[in-house]
Amino acid sequence: MFIVVSHQNPEPMYKQVTDQIKDAIVSGALKPNDKLPSIRSISLELNISIITIKRAYTDLEKEGYIYTRSGLGSFVADLNREKMRSEKLEEFRRELKNIVLKAKKFNIPAEDILKIIHEIQEETNGK
Amino acid sequence: MENKNVLEVKNLRKEYKEFTLDNVSFSVPAGYIMGIIGPNGAGKTTTIKLLMNLIKPEGGEINIFGLDPRKNEKEVKNRIGYVGEEQYFYQNKTVAWTGRFVSQFFKQWNNNKFNAFLEDFKLSRTKKVKELSRGMKVKLSFAIALSHQPELLILDEPTSGLDPVIRREILDLLLKTSREENKSVIISSHITDDLARIADIITFMINGKIRLTGEKDDLLANWKRIHYKKGALSKNITASLNNVQDQVFGSSGLTDHYLKIKDQLADGIGKEEIKVENLNLDDILISFVKG
Repeated sequence: MFIVVSHQNPEPMYKQVTDQIKDAIVSGALKPNDKLPSIRSISLELNISIITIKRAYTDLEKEGYIYTRSGLGSFVADLNREKMRSEKLEEFRRELKNIVLKAKKFNIPAEDILKIIHEIQEETNGK
Repeated sequence: MENKNVLEVKNLRKEYKEFTLDNVSFSVPAGYIMGIIGPNGAGKTTTIKLLMNLIKPEGGEINIFGLDPRKNEKEVKNRIGYVGEEQYFYQNKTVAWTGRFVSQFFKQWNNNKFNAFLEDFKLSRTKKVKELSRGMKVKLSFAIALSHQPELLILDEPTSGLDPVIRREILDLLLKTSREENKSVIISSHITDDLARIADIITFMINGKIRLTGEKDDLLANWKRIHYKKGALSKNITASLNNVQDQVFGSSGLTDHYLKIKDQLADGIGKEEIKVENLNLDDILISFVKG
């Protein structure tokens, strides 16, 4: 798993952790029932407070991404792939909205942006 | 801005029994603030004492305002404002007396300025020096150093041991003085935040030697911590990193030439397999000490 947290990132620390664990789950880097690292080991490696990681794990559990077995630790839940996909699409929608708004400012029509997306897709095929 | 150097130091050398300051060279252009950063015992104070002609070097040249301070001590010191880590005043004398006493040593003493500083700093004229807090004593030193209208300020750890509020006040004053009156400043500190705030040029000193000197903004633009998923970085770039750490959650290392490799990292950053983090001067200093 690749996780980086930064004090310079304006997002709160716990959110940086939850977002990256979610990404790992949604992208398939973490599989259902994989064991998550212990709170103390994350705290040590990433140099963030135990309270922060506890909060991140609690949030992930509430949202159904992970489950906890007392005494054993936390594990990746076997969750609804469709739901995760639609959450990701929602995220892309937000990012694309920024791009479309920016394009509007420079009078670039959305079709041109679409064309660029297709071009990029072709360039990165096979990568 | 003029590029004339107010101060030039070449190959300065000073030997002590268990410490040698060696090969120290740097220059300060007029109107610039240069910060000297280094761990305790790196030679910052030794360098400043040499500049102030308080100790004799074993070798090298010092040139201040185009003059040799050893031959023209009086003239050079008249044009320098100095604040050290410790404040030496007559403890039983008042603030006003101290100002009057010091004023006689300087040609260009401006009493109106001194009084204005006392007012700004809320320093009571009738208080005795021994009744002043440490912060107030430092403020008195600054009032004196700036009232004789120096062209160059030499400050040795002036903010160490002060609370953040007073530190900020002093830094703002320094910045204002330097920018509005085109004064040059040399300031040593191990509080790197202070230097990050005001310095134009940063000089890192480690073990009696200059490790690196450069424009602050340029240093901070090029020194970055790169976090990467294993395999996400090319071999060339991985090999060029310092302080590499391999951890469960990914590897990281420091680069000192981010602007050069930025384009090569773009794809990895897009895929979120590479993340770049800004460094502060502390991180750079620590990497020198560790490396």
